[in-house]
Amino acid sequence: MTLAAHSHAAKPLRKRIADASEPYLYSAPALILIIGVMLVPLVLGISYAFRDIQLLNPFSGGFIGLDHFRALGQDEAFFRALRNTLWWTGASVFLQFLFGLILALLLDKPFAGRGLVQALVFLPWAVPSFLAGLNWAWLFNPVIGPLPHWLYALGLLDAPNNILSDPQLAMWGPIAANVWWGIPFFAITLLAALQAIPRDLYEAASIDGAGPVQRFLSITLPFLAPTIAITILLRTVWISNFADLIVVMTNGGPADRTQIVASYIFTQAFKRLDFGYASAIALVLLVLLLVYSLLIVLLRQTLLNKG
Amino acid sequence: MASIDIQTVRKSFGAFPVLHGVDLTIQDGEFIVLVGPSGCGKSTLLRMIAGLEDVTSGDIQIDGKRVNDLAPKDRDIAMVFQSYALYPHMSVADNMSYSLRLRRSAKEKIASAVGGAAVKLGLEPLLERRPKALSGGQRQRVAMGRAIVRQPKAFLFDEPLSNLDARLREQMRAEIKKLHGDLRATSIYVTHDQIEAMTLADRIVAMHGGIVQQVGSPLELYDRPANLFVAGFIGSPGMNFFEGRYLVSGDHADMRLPSGTTLPIRKRDGLESGSAATLGIRPEHVILADTGALEAAVDLIEPTGFGIIMHVTVHGIPMKIFTQDRRMLTPGPAVRVDLPQNRLHLFNGEGKRVD
Amino acid sequence: MRSKPILTVLHRLAILAYVVFALFPLFWLLKVSVTPNDLLYSEGVRMWPSRTTFEHYSFVIAHSAFPTFFKNSLIVAGSTAVTVTILASLAGYALSRFNFRAKYWIVALMLITQMFPLVMLVAPIFKMLSPLGLTNSLPGLVLVYTAFNVPFATFLMQSFFDGIPKDLEEAAMIDGATQFVAFRQIILPLTLPGIAATLGFVFTAAWSELLFALMLISGNDASTFPVGLLTFVSKFSVDFGQMMAAGVLALIPACLFFLLIQRYLVQGLTAGAVKG
Ligand SMILES: Nc1ncnc2c1ncn2[C@@H]1O[C@H](COP(=O)(O)OP(=O)(O)O)[C@@H](O)[C@H]1O
Ligand SMILES: [Mg+2]
Repeated sequence: MTLAAHSHAAKPLRKRIADASEPYLYSAPALILIIGVMLVPLVLGISYAFRDIQLLNPFSGGFIGLDHFRALGQDEAFFRALRNTLWWTGASVFLQFLFGLILALLLDKPFAGRGLVQALVFLPWAVPSFLAGLNWAWLFNPVIGPLPHWLYALGLLDAPNNILSDPQLAMWGPIAANVWWGIPFFAITLLAALQAIPRDLYEAASIDGAGPVQRFLSITLPFLAPTIAITILLRTVWISNFADLIVVMTNGGPADRTQIVASYIFTQAFKRLDFGYASAIALVLLVLLLVYSLLIVLLRQTLLNKG
Repeated sequence: MASIDIQTVRKSFGAFPVLHGVDLTIQDGEFIVLVGPSGCGKSTLLRMIAGLEDVTSGDIQIDGKRVNDLAPKDRDIAMVFQSYALYPHMSVADNMSYSLRLRRSAKEKIASAVGGAAVKLGLEPLLERRPKALSGGQRQRVAMGRAIVRQPKAFLFDEPLSNLDARLREQMRAEIKKLHGDLRATSIYVTHDQIEAMTLADRIVAMHGGIVQQVGSPLELYDRPANLFVAGFIGSPGMNFFEGRYLVSGDHADMRLPSGTTLPIRKRDGLESGSAATLGIRPEHVILADTGALEAAVDLIEPTGFGIIMHVTVHGIPMKIFTQDRRMLTPGPAVRVDLPQNRLHLFNGEGKRVD
Repeated sequence: MRSKPILTVLHRLAILAYVVFALFPLFWLLKVSVTPNDLLYSEGVRMWPSRTTFEHYSFVIAHSAFPTFFKNSLIVAGSTAVTVTILASLAGYALSRFNFRAKYWIVALMLITQMFPLVMLVAPIFKMLSPLGLTNSLPGLVLVYTAFNVPFATFLMQSFFDGIPKDLEEAAMIDGATQFVAFRQIILPLTLPGIAATLGFVFTAAWSELLFALMLISGNDASTFPVGLLTFVSKFSVDFGQMMAAGVLALIPACLFFLLIQRYLVQGLTAGAVKG
């Protein structure tokens, strides 16, 4: 028997440091990059929200406190953009999710040529977003695109006009493009989750006499729920920040009807070159999204604790 | 080959203690089996010896050298996992030679070591296959092969047979025993299966709740279990227990059961008259005799082919009897039994054996 | 579970509808790119023009800076994909296999980077990169794209690593490997589908990025193809035929890459999900 003092001896310092630092060594390159190229600029960007930064004005740059936020409180256009963001995000996420789920369920059944079909229906995701935007703008143009004529033939439009220039309908243009572009993301994640459901569960349920609808409700949905929750959360945040399609297709028009917060920031920064004001808006958006995410996470916790 | 010394080793995961001070000395060439119900800390102890878990306090020595702070790769031990942990992207031969290649052994040496192990385990026709193309038993053999090519100081096994069916398990058990006979390598074998423990071990370490309950040869644990836990855990079907009071009258003693019946037993020195105690007897030691002192109501008959397990009730206490007497397949509603005194185990109020 | 023939037919019809919906806009792109200029508007809504031409393609390839844009994009997207995949593998492995104090802070930091409009970073990043001579250069673009893509790629790689049993590294470490050697020789080869998926995901993202390419690069020499595509708008007073031809050409590598990896994306995510 060695002495008790010896057996309780701490690990040598060198080994302790080596052990403790290992995970940091693995994550350091990624972290340094994220901090250097995202976090530091983010902090700078946040500081711009409290400064007067106008690109073409050499006398700008001074601290102005909360002036931008006061201006924001009076800014009708901002509040309209906020409402449009809700509309744009809600409709896009809902439709992407719905069609993505249906697609995933369709692809979960084996059939001849499934691999090819899967590759083809996921293809829109590989299309650069602004190219998708240009292309859909083209499709909605009655002179060079077929969509207005088809919608007219179906009785959905009174005349084969460009819906992108109709204030009532314009938002549906970018939403359609967004749904086309975003379905694959949901389909891929949901398909992966679907394929992870043990098959014998379905067999057991069939033997117990469950019909297809019951099987879907009692097995598929509960198994997918965690994936659905996290995917919708991530997508909601991402889509509210996603201005490419709107900038390319409508540039916020007509009459600001399709202006969302993200595209409004873009306009402030690059049309009016007012980076200070743009940063202030971005900061507000960031806070709103953080609050939204926290709420979702809390809601999930409460539900989990109950269940 | 090496000896292994474990000195008051404790382990906690965060604030949650799992091992409460384990002491164990393993001789060179010995086959030690750690046995206990699942969750009792067997794997944790094994993984600490392997270097896969940190030691919270205490010392582990291999061949007299303290290894607490050595990485697994520097301990020169081999381990067989319950999942086998074969590298899926390597052939059988590459799986077996990986450790030698890491040590940059000479090509010829690797080839002969792998060849030798393959012959021993009957793996020669499978050397070029991927693990995916092997049956469960073959995978198990490859895992063993991977361990023996290196000729390590010690072999560690973590429930290596749990994923096999009963027949294969029996066969591999015998092979492991034969292999140990050939190699005489220090081995530590974790299992929750007491048959594996009994058949393989030079010495069994019975564990429960992170505490070593008894260390000894298989027959020692069977014949003289140190406490109620070991008594109940070793043997199948498990030992029968009767709680009651230990009463001394003159130079003989009795157990008084709650029903008021008394059973005569040998007098023990270490127990005061009137104290609470538990009496134990193995089902195979109960004697069926028309002249038996006790009447037992028959509840259920389980024929196993080899013998018969009878579930009976004696004075309101359930009990099992193992017999090879085929007449007992159709007993009457009750039988008479005797509990021979020299087969009775007595445990005091704390559950410790009293002799 | 045998299904009825009518259900099978409905299933195939639904699949067909999805395929048509997914491909029709791409078909339109192709159609415009082969329509001669004089028919562009007069046959604007026909499914296929009465005459087709490849003149837009030959012009784009021979007389525009498009080959340069294409090469730049290939360099930028390729280097970004490789760098991100290496960094994300390392970081994802740390998140998957180690318990360490800063883990939750790292996860939180990475989540926050997914939450704000990147527009907000344009001016600060420009200010930081220009003294380093990294504006108007491909390496600068790679640096920025790499940082933007690392967080998501890290989560992706982590889910792949989570699907691989820990036993394997432990076996390797007992066989004589350090943790890093076990990671390189045992775990990484098993994550190849995940690596392919991450490569493809990042490649397409970097290939398509417009905003920062537009802001950090001026002049054709270092322009990537999305920026180049926009120059068609101004330079040739929106020559849609040429623009669409360039667009079709630019789609080819991204689509090829994506077709190759999408299988692994589902597989890899499934493997990760199994472990849950
Ligand atoms: N990495 C870990 N973190 C926290 N608790 C653990 C960990 N590994 C094991 N435990 C706990 O330690 C106890 C003993 O586990 P283990 O040694 O695996 O038991 P056995 O192998 O005997 O079944 C269990 O209660 C288990 O939950
Ligand atoms: Mg265990």
